[in-house]
Amino acid sequence: MNAGTMNKVIETRLLTKRFGSFTAVNGISFEVSEGEIFGFLGANGAGKTTAMRMLCGLSVPTSGEARVAGCDVYKETEQIKRHIGYMSQKFSLYGDLKVWENIRLFGGIYGLRGKQIAAKTDELLHDLNLESERNTFVDSLPLGWKQKLAFSVAVIHEPRIVFLDEPTGGVDPITRRQFWELIYKAANRGITVFVTTHYMDEAEYCNRVSVMVDGYIEALDTPEALKARFEADSMGQVFHALARRARRSE
Amino acid sequence: MNQIEIEHITKSYGNVPALRDICLRIESGELFGLIGPDGAGKTTLFRILTTLLLADEGRAAVCGLDVVKDMAAVRRIAGYMPGRFSLYQDLTVEENLTFFATVFHTTVRENYELIRDIYVQIEPFKKRRAGKLSGGMKQKLALCCALIHRPQVLFLDEPTTGVDPVSRMEFWDMLDRLKEQGITVMVSTPYMDEASRCNRIALMRGGQCLQTDTPDGIRASFGKTLWAVRAADMYHLLDDLRAFSAAFSCYAFGDTHHLTLKEEANEKELAAYLQQKGHTNIRIKTILPTIEDCFIMNDECRNDE
Repeated sequence: MNAGTMNKVIETRLLTKRFGSFTAVNGISFEVSEGEIFGFLGANGAGKTTAMRMLCGLSVPTSGEARVAGCDVYKETEQIKRHIGYMSQKFSLYGDLKVWENIRLFGGIYGLRGKQIAAKTDELLHDLNLESERNTFVDSLPLGWKQKLAFSVAVIHEPRIVFLDEPTGGVDPITRRQFWELIYKAANRGITVFVTTHYMDEAEYCNRVSVMVDGYIEALDTPEALKARFEADSMGQVFHALARRARRSE
Repeated sequence: MNQIEIEHITKSYGNVPALRDICLRIESGELFGLIGPDGAGKTTLFRILTTLLLADEGRAAVCGLDVVKDMAAVRRIAGYMPGRFSLYQDLTVEENLTFFATVFHTTVRENYELIRDIYVQIEPFKKRRAGKLSGGMKQKLALCCALIHRPQVLFLDEPTTGVDPVSRMEFWDMLDRLKEQGITVMVSTPYMDEASRCNRIALMRGGQCLQTDTPDGIRASFGKTLWAVRAADMYHLLDDLRAFSAAFSCYAFGDTHHLTLKEEANEKELAAYLQQKGHTNIRIKTILPTIEDCFIMNDECRNDE
């Protein structure tokens, strides 16, 4: 991929967030291109969640600039929300709603009309091989199925970008890989994927990876280039080399 | 001597089986890992061993004490750190620790040596309410509280879930030091790369114990040659490898795809096939399996049956 000529769907310049005297995110500048799988790594407390909240239009930056899907993170937060999808390990779907009810609910929230939702529901359940679970309460699905369903729901409106916050935590190895195949398919359709993970093998699946340490982006490149720079065999070693320098913990 | 004995333990929640005929023996001073994803039954097993839940069938003993008949005695010698943060959020760090010491008829001072290495890291925040601690600090406080009565056996349910790789490594270093003090530790984790830190492990899935052995023993029992394959286009490489007639299993694994073959087909055949499919920069080598490979292989073979 030639990042230089691609459309930029995320652009930040010196983006900063302070809480009182604590600088959670300290002047980060980076760009993410359309259709890219961008890994956003960092230790607990490095500032990842705060940065992600600013990019999703949920938290107003203290200073700096950022545009997400062409929209300004200060003034156009409502427009941003229309162009993105979001899922996390902690919150994805409502467990006490049925599978189809969740799709109906989120389809509506993401602005789809009734007919579109009905068509999307059939398509989505077919692709995930979940047709027989249409009337199952989400709480009784195995975690891995739930996460695959949650991802499909997060991209049901074909957003420009989908933000994934530790989407595969606790998921078994095989389902974790099926989940990444869904990510690849979405990226192939041109959806940009912005993902955090604590599984270092997953960092290798990203086109580019950034590593945050104490509020700064300490490194940003392809996994290949990062491994060469840190003379490491794996992204795990790269991460250890960088995160060991961290002074603060959460 | 066996510190933990588990014999034919079975447990269901309604119609949903949580544990099916689990048999395990854990020796004194062992660091034993339950390795498996969400839903494997790890938490249910911990709750039975710590006398919080009754099994439907089977029996279990901790330090020779039956978990049902000798319930009160088991509670005195076992330390338990549940997966969910279970301390009193509106008590301070210090108050939580004192509370747990008091419940077990001891004092913080009496067993301070045991927790010192861990406690000094949170001591600067001892006046802070537990609810206001960060994830990493909560985890350390919970471990201190589980240790404060100097248990003989320590049960840790997913202590590293959601924790970043560097903090996870530090946590395992702490467990090594506890093991040196003679405490038997049973710990669960969904992170397969942590398995190598245990003396022995049980691979669990869907309420069953798939395999129990040393990490090296499990890796040695893989039974097939494992190939790591790379090419310029990794996305299409995966599909093409799966379509290869001699392929048994293939999945992405970090920066390579891991492949096993039905019969011991040779590398040349594979390379020729990939070239014919238009792949470039092809690199193929044999590698040693990781615990995660063994877990996946166990699964693949199961689905094949």
